[in-house]
Amino acid sequence: MTSDTLEQGATGALGGRGRRLGTGRMGDRLFGISTRGSAIVLLLIIAAIAVFLIAKAVPALKADKANFLTSQEWNPDAAEPRFGILQLAFGTLMSSLMALIIATPVAIGIALFIAFYSPRRLASGLGYVVDLLAAVPSVVYGLWGLQFFVPKMASVANFLHDDFGWIPLFGGDSVGGQSLLTAAVVLAIMILPIISSISREVFLQVPQANVEAALALGATRWEVIRMAVLPFGRSGMVSAAMLGLGRALGETIAVAMVLSTAAGISLHILRPGGNTFAANIANTFGMAGNMGRGALIASGLVLFVITLIVNMLARAIVARRKEFV
Amino acid sequence: MAKRIEISGLNAYYGKTRAIEDISMTVEPRSVTAFIGPSGCGKSTLLRTLNRMHEVIPGARVEGKVLLDDLNLYGSEVDPVAVRRAIGMVFQRPNPFPTMSIFDNVAAGLKLNGVRGRGRLGEIVEKSLRGANLWNEVKDRLNRPGAGLSGGQQQRLCIARAIAVEPQVLLMDEPCSALDPISTLAIEDLIASLKDKYTIVIVTHNMQQAARVSDTTGFFNLAAQGQPGRLVEIDDTNKIFTNPTEKATEDYITGRFG
Amino acid sequence: MSTLNHQPALSGVSAGRKVKDRVVQVLVYVAFLLALIPLISVLWTVISKGLKRFDPEFFTHSMNGIGANDAGGGAYHAIIGTVEQVLLASVIAIPIGVLTAVYLVEYGRDSRLAKVVSFFVDVMTGLPSIVAGLFVLAFWLLLLGFSFSGFAGAMALSILMMPTVVRAAEEMLKLVPNDLREASFALGVPRWRTICFVVLPTAFTGIITGIMLAIARVMGETAPLLLTVFVTSAINNSPFQGPQMALPLYIFDQAGRPNDAAINRAWAAALTLIVLIMLLNLVARLIARLRKPVSR
Repeated sequence: MTSDTLEQGATGALGGRGRRLGTGRMGDRLFGISTRGSAIVLLLIIAAIAVFLIAKAVPALKADKANFLTSQEWNPDAAEPRFGILQLAFGTLMSSLMALIIATPVAIGIALFIAFYSPRRLASGLGYVVDLLAAVPSVVYGLWGLQFFVPKMASVANFLHDDFGWIPLFGGDSVGGQSLLTAAVVLAIMILPIISSISREVFLQVPQANVEAALALGATRWEVIRMAVLPFGRSGMVSAAMLGLGRALGETIAVAMVLSTAAGISLHILRPGGNTFAANIANTFGMAGNMGRGALIASGLVLFVITLIVNMLARAIVARRKEFV
Repeated sequence: MAKRIEISGLNAYYGKTRAIEDISMTVEPRSVTAFIGPSGCGKSTLLRTLNRMHEVIPGARVEGKVLLDDLNLYGSEVDPVAVRRAIGMVFQRPNPFPTMSIFDNVAAGLKLNGVRGRGRLGEIVEKSLRGANLWNEVKDRLNRPGAGLSGGQQQRLCIARAIAVEPQVLLMDEPCSALDPISTLAIEDLIASLKDKYTIVIVTHNMQQAARVSDTTGFFNLAAQGQPGRLVEIDDTNKIFTNPTEKATEDYITGRFG
Repeated sequence: MSTLNHQPALSGVSAGRKVKDRVVQVLVYVAFLLALIPLISVLWTVISKGLKRFDPEFFTHSMNGIGANDAGGGAYHAIIGTVEQVLLASVIAIPIGVLTAVYLVEYGRDSRLAKVVSFFVDVMTGLPSIVAGLFVLAFWLLLLGFSFSGFAGAMALSILMMPTVVRAAEEMLKLVPNDLREASFALGVPRWRTICFVVLPTAFTGIITGIMLAIARVMGETAPLLLTVFVTSAINNSPFQGPQMALPLYIFDQAGRPNDAAINRAWAAALTLIVLIMLLNLVARLIARLRKPVSR
């Protein structure tokens, strides 16, 4: 403080006191404008993403001779471009939902384990271990999936097909490792850390008073969780799962590597094949011509909109919960 | 169903810190026993050892014996869950389950113990709410969230929740400290009416309250800051407040303390 | 025994409840162990298979002139590309991200613009990485007519970095106690100097941690680079001209080739990438730990 007043005194002695205040105001304006400007740049980027994706998608959509929403074809570079997103949408939703069904219970189990079952001293370390799953890049999951997991899943698929083939999902003519189910399991592994870390946060917010109230009534550990923890964390867990779903929907490279893409829609999840928006873009981009790129951009736009809706729903659930608690 | 509690040679720790030292005393059935003393003297800690709630805090442990009639609550074969089922507790701040209705809050403990059926539950819920002097205020809105009640009503809801499972002992940890005077009065009346059926132990900061509601009063103190809390004396409430044996007790209740 | 009642002192917890409690406990432990299986499996395969080609040649050579089935070759060009692209992305994303966070916390509080920006930062957080790549493709490559380059990739990566940086910086700025700002204002220090010399330095280590985690995240991104950087087997030191390579692209490229030499190179690159990302994570966490005693 003394050095500050000294400094001011010195500039004041030089007759710059008024000017000094002036530069402060000038600096304030410049700095304020630059922070505001950055915020606006960020908005412009979002707007640009929407605008340019639409601008590039529209010509392709106009040239499309098939129905974009209901066609299963993907021949945008043919003389008569025909392409539609039905099978992409099916594969994307199917694999992501299966991933969600696999990952959510496990992730909530992990969150409960870390928050209530593990020794307190280890809790943060164990949380870090689970977060490591999120640090592994998706291309590495792809490589691991392709080289290590797909062969393992091939035998699992054969087993399921032989013994449980009467269940329609596990039926079909041919089964293999590079199936929608395999993609879903890999996706499940990738979204596990998101769902579990958000659920863990929510569980840690449960008021200790409610936990103690349940304990004092003579509740076992599970009963405490059922009475005080799960009802309190319900909306948090739902939004965690939705954020995980959003991540799974947009995941590209791991799915592109694991899935052997094949045309058509099939509920036989052990069948090699299926395709997703993102994987289709990654796999066919290299060979796509001008029209093909436009078509891919159009499909990317649809993916953008779907993930946007899912993410917004998740945030809305979180926001509503904040008002209540 | 009210039972006697005998505490002997009880020490409680938080990690390496000893919170209470070598406590021995008896709590008579169908009476109200009050614990008074300055902050940090371990009276709440002692209360929480009586239903084994102390040990839910990480690193906390207990040495010594607490006998409920003849059963040592800290015996190796005793399940703490069963102890807490038999010894109810009401906390400093009202803590109804925020996601549950008034009805479900009261029924929470019953459901744990396998009471099923809306009719059977409804009977006990009504009885408990009447017992807690809350029935008339909430009978028309049993399905509304418990968190929507006033502080005093919430605390009586918590008492109803605790007595619904018909515990043998009821522990109250400064149950009125978060309440206004009118609600406090309501809770004190309630305590007076509950002692016909229950053994009640109440921790309070408010000496008038101890004098009003209790039959027996225990005074706790610590030798110095950082030392564990000790039981200075326990006696008939009248005697403690009019003619205590110990000088420290007299200093405390006459306000000359510290 | 007491004469007051006939029931035992404690009625035990019913067997059914005990069993349920046990079953849930087992399930919860199993859930955690289930998560460890893929983690250990991934790390183990990456390390054991990656070490086969984790040799000096791998880090000093490109794939230029290496035939489809040849052994040898390396990822030098990919490492150069990744470092350049990530640095460029950081140069774009960090100032915008941090300044936006400053705006949200220090200037815009509760203004309409701040609310809109905050909403769209959430939108950006959920943006699939491939869509960021598609955007740069549509805008930079197709519309403006530039060709594939490391810079185009860096733009896509910066879009993915920005929301993470904004959120991390925002959290840290919010943690700076208001007293500090008021103390500074009370001394007559202008707002911008207060922010630059009091608020930002206080939040500095926290922001750095957030930035490093954001960098670690985008370093592994593959999909947007595929659409913007393309692939090459030769060394290209300039991120502004011609296709480059990047480690994730290299893994993707090599993994798609059906011979063992290529697969081994993919594993070695995966190991390199994971080591880089883990190092960044580790440093970020060390910085975060250093900060703790200071912030008290």
